[in-house]
Amino acid sequence: MRLANACAALMFVGIAVYALLAGADFGAGFWDLTAGGDERGRAPRAQIEESLGPVWEANHVWLIFVLVTLWTAFPAAFAPIMSTLYVPLTLAAIGVILRGAAFAFRKASETLPLRRWFGATFASSSLLTPFMLGAVVGGIASGRVPAGEQSGDVLRSWLNPTSMLGGVMAVVVCAFLAAVYLAADSERRGRPALVLFFRRRAIASALVAGGVALAGVFVLQHDARTLFHGLTHRGAPLIAVSAVAGAATILLLVRARYAAARVSAALAVVAVLFGWAAGQYPYMLEQSVRISDAAGPHATLVAILVVLGGGSLLLVPALVWLFVLMQRGMLVAEH
Amino acid sequence: MLGVLAVDQPDLFYARQQMAFSLGSHIVLACIGMSVPFMVVLAEWKGRRTGDLVYVTLARRWAKAMGVLFAVGAVSGTILSFEFGILWPRWMGRFGSVMGLPFAIEGFAFFLEAIFIGIYLYGWDRLPPRVHLWAGVPIGIAGVASAFFVVAANGWMNDPTGFTLDAAGNVTHVDPWAALFNSGLWPEAVHMILAAFIVGGCLLATPYAWAMLRGRRTRYERVGLLLPLTFAMIAAPLQLVVGDWAARHVAVHQPTKLAAMEGLYKTTKGATLHLGGIYVGHEIVGGIPIPDGLSFLAFHDPHAVVKGLETVPAADRAPVNVVRTAFQLMVMIGTAMIGLGLWMLLAWRKRRSVPRSRWFLRAALIAGPASVVALECGWITTEVGRQPWIVWQVMRVRDAVTDAPNIRFGYYLLIAVYTVMAVFTVLVLRRLTNTPLPTDLTRALSDEPEPLEGS
Repeated sequence: MRLANACAALMFVGIAVYALLAGADFGAGFWDLTAGGDERGRAPRAQIEESLGPVWEANHVWLIFVLVTLWTAFPAAFAPIMSTLYVPLTLAAIGVILRGAAFAFRKASETLPLRRWFGATFASSSLLTPFMLGAVVGGIASGRVPAGEQSGDVLRSWLNPTSMLGGVMAVVVCAFLAAVYLAADSERRGRPALVLFFRRRAIASALVAGGVALAGVFVLQHDARTLFHGLTHRGAPLIAVSAVAGAATILLLVRARYAAARVSAALAVVAVLFGWAAGQYPYMLEQSVRISDAAGPHATLVAILVVLGGGSLLLVPALVWLFVLMQRGMLVAEH
Repeated sequence: MLGVLAVDQPDLFYARQQMAFSLGSHIVLACIGMSVPFMVVLAEWKGRRTGDLVYVTLARRWAKAMGVLFAVGAVSGTILSFEFGILWPRWMGRFGSVMGLPFAIEGFAFFLEAIFIGIYLYGWDRLPPRVHLWAGVPIGIAGVASAFFVVAANGWMNDPTGFTLDAAGNVTHVDPWAALFNSGLWPEAVHMILAAFIVGGCLLATPYAWAMLRGRRTRYERVGLLLPLTFAMIAAPLQLVVGDWAARHVAVHQPTKLAAMEGLYKTTKGATLHLGGIYVGHEIVGGIPIPDGLSFLAFHDPHAVVKGLETVPAADRAPVNVVRTAFQLMVMIGTAMIGLGLWMLLAWRKRRSVPRSRWFLRAALIAGPASVVALECGWITTEVGRQPWIVWQVMRVRDAVTDAPNIRFGYYLLIAVYTVMAVFTVLVLRRLTNTPLPTDLTRALSDEPEPLEGS
């Protein structure tokens, strides 16, 4: 029981880090898409390419981390989630392929028509993946994934109000994180025009995220009562933290405190994710499968924790080095 | 025993095709991803140490191509972890806790690969040279480690250990470490890693073989051809030994897979080996027979008894001709590679250069695609040879598949996306190859192209 909770907590940390890092990479795709024509969009697109290039692949691996931990530690949750929600998951995977490949292709191409074409693919697939993953979360959180070997309703499990809320929320939150990070990156590189460009967008997306969250209250109240109860009881403090951190981010952006805004934006997102986790606890699949029910045998949980512990000894220093080099401007594309 | 769980899945065929297609695509990229970093780092090291522009330029160009291929490989690898659950939830639900551990370790290897490739590709201009060079080393090591652990999971499918099944078919007594270190791991993993060096080396050499055939024969092309090809040609003879090891492992642990690979129906003492031919009505027709050959190869004893397909019911036999043809083709290409390596070695000992013959360049050009064919054939041999089992003699593929409807549409979508991606990958790589060389290098390459012999 305690081991299973530890594995679930670590997996959730993976989800949160994926949301914070890869989420921002997807959000950057949104701003790439809406940056305007070739001339007007040149500077923001260059900033996006610079900020993503060295890190997006490492950020992406958190998704693998989550999937692998889920199937090894909680096979009884992994199997039904994947089979019932295979449609949005397949679409999310397609988005992952197109986004990654197109981003790499764009970087390696010189001619404008090709760059434009790859850029459009990169940007639009950056919307697809977070939307679909948000829909998957909505399906799980609203208790639409039945336990056992029989798959549930493969359409209504994600074509439902909570999933749509999850999808929209994911896209908006990714865009919000990206805009805040990119404003901070632009400031550090001394590009005031870009700072303003991304600041405007960060504030706007924060407001939109707040609006979607308020609308979400009504959606969840009607469509996902158990989740709603969890969020307003056990999860309530975290949801409150998220709201405060979101508001603080807007304030910090207005005052041009970008480094601090980055932290509070991340806090707002992490708090809402953990609010979801707290609201759903102890269930992995609402109403039927508890964390302890889904967990694999004791020996496997121990092995997983050993691997995660040992792996972190290698991973954390490498990751820290990557981000330090990034912050110091040591990682740049050649010209 | 578990057969009663089989679901009515009209799309089983498509699920299988989708898995085969996405694994078959990813395996090529994975091979490049674990071998080419070593070649790039070696070229960079030579270039930095000697200041030789040929090596410096090659290293940078290879790194660019590696960056594109790594990105495509990373995303195509991600799809696989989705597909394990989407297509085979019953397998994962039942055995995820048994065989998931190597994937968890592989996840960390993948992390390190992704982190260091970011540092290596983008740190070229601003990191101190020595630091940059060393940042390239973990990419290849982590790539090889990834392969090792992924193959551990595949080895487990061939030799499932680390659990017991109780009378009701429930998985009990799980020992994930025993599952990880299954007996199939070592021969399969070493075989896979050597294959990666053959594929990576041969593929990286092809554009230079092509350029030399078309008359560009400066030192730049010669080094570009020789450096990667040397990796491949060192791996090729080792692969012969390891291949033998892997085959003997199959002979012991999966006798009917070996029987399918060789087209042996009757259990035979002193079994004959057939080169070529096809399997018709329980016999090989039209091949060259080598008496006692199979017994000798499988057990290193000409009188050993080799089990035939007759030992299992017809429903539990793999499609012989597919497995056997793939296996023979792989062995044939592997053998030819060794010949190519010897040719290269002789020329090097005589004149410290590439063989002068145009036929050598043609062979080197073909070696690229041929190595990929051999790779796919090896993969087909082990995967199709395992059929109808997803977990050898424990779970059938049809018991593992999802019961969700209409999964064939995912397969169609994936084919479309991969086709587009393949086209653009080739396009982008071609553009990289055709970028003109830096002018200071072209000036340095004023040495006369060597004449070629032959037509």
